[in-house]
Amino acid sequence: MSAQAEPERVKTIELKDPAMAAFLAWLVPGLGHLYQGRTGKGILFLVCILGLFLYGVYLGGDSEVGWGRVVYMSFHPEDQRLHFLCQAGVGLPTLPAVIQAFRVRGGRAPLWGSFMAPPRLPSDRSSNRPTLDDLHKRLHHFFELGTLYTMIAGLLNILAIYDAWAGPVLDESIKEEKEDEEKDALAGEEKSSSASADAKSSEPGAETGPLSDRH
Amino acid sequence: MLPTAIFAQLGWIYFWYAVPVAAAISLVYAATRHEEIHLIFRHAFGCATWIVGLMAVVGVVMAVVSAWL
Repeated sequence: MSAQAEPERVKTIELKDPAMAAFLAWLVPGLGHLYQGRTGKGILFLVCILGLFLYGVYLGGDSEVGWGRVVYMSFHPEDQRLHFLCQAGVGLPTLPAVIQAFRVRGGRAPLWGSFMAPPRLPSDRSSNRPTLDDLHKRLHHFFELGTLYTMIAGLLNILAIYDAWAGPVLDESIKEEKEDEEKDALAGEEKSSSASADAKSSEPGAETGPLSDRH
Repeated sequence: MLPTAIFAQLGWIYFWYAVPVAAAISLVYAATRHEEIHLIFRHAFGCATWIVGLMAVVGVVMAVVSAWL
C-alpha cells in the first residue's frame, strides 16, 4: 500500500522516555502523557481517573467521621483492606493513606481530621475513633460506592500507565492493514531481487554459481 | 405484581451513580485504543452504549425475576 493510500489513523507516535512517562503516569494520572506532549489524552486521563477517584473520596466520608474514609491502608489480620491494592494504582493521591497507616500503627493519632485514616480495630479500646462497622452504619451504601469508585479509578490508571509506556493498542483492522503492508513490501523485495538476479545471469560472462561451473 | 411496584423496587436514583463510572471507563478504555481525540470520543460513545445497554438488560431481567420470587 502506498503512503498516500495509507489511512490517516495509522501513524507513528513518538513516545518520549517510556519508563519515566509510565512512572509519572502512576504518580499522577495523565502526568506521563503530559510529559510526552500528548496533552489531550493527558487531560482526559487526569479528568476521568482523578475525577472518579475524588468523587469516590467525597462519597466515602463526611464531616463527622472524616473525609476519604474508603481509602485506607490496613493489612492487620482483623482488617485486611485488599481494596487498597487497587486504589494504590492512582499513585500519589493515596499517599495520605500510607502516612496515616504508619501513624496509627505507631500508636499516634491520625492527622488531617482522620482523612484516609484506617478505622479503629474492634479489639483496640484505647481511643473512641470509629470502627469499620461504625463507618458502614454512618455512611450506608456510600461506603461501598466510594470504595468501588476509588478502586475502579486505580485500575483504570493501570491502562493509562500502559498507554504511556507502549502507546495506544491498535484496532484489529489497523493491525491487519499493517500486516498486509509488510507482506506487500516483502513480496516487492523478493520480486526485485529475483529480477536483478535474472538480469545478471543473462549478461554474457556473468559469474554466477551454476553458470560459471559450466565454463 | 404491578409494573410500577417493580420500578419502585429498582430504586432508580441509584442508577445515576453508574453514569460517572460508565463515562470514565468508556473514555479511558477508548483513549488506550486511539490517539486522535475525535476517534476516542467516537469509540467511547459506542463503548458507553454497550455498557448502559447491558446494564439495562441485566436490570430488567433481575427486576422481572425478583417480581416472581
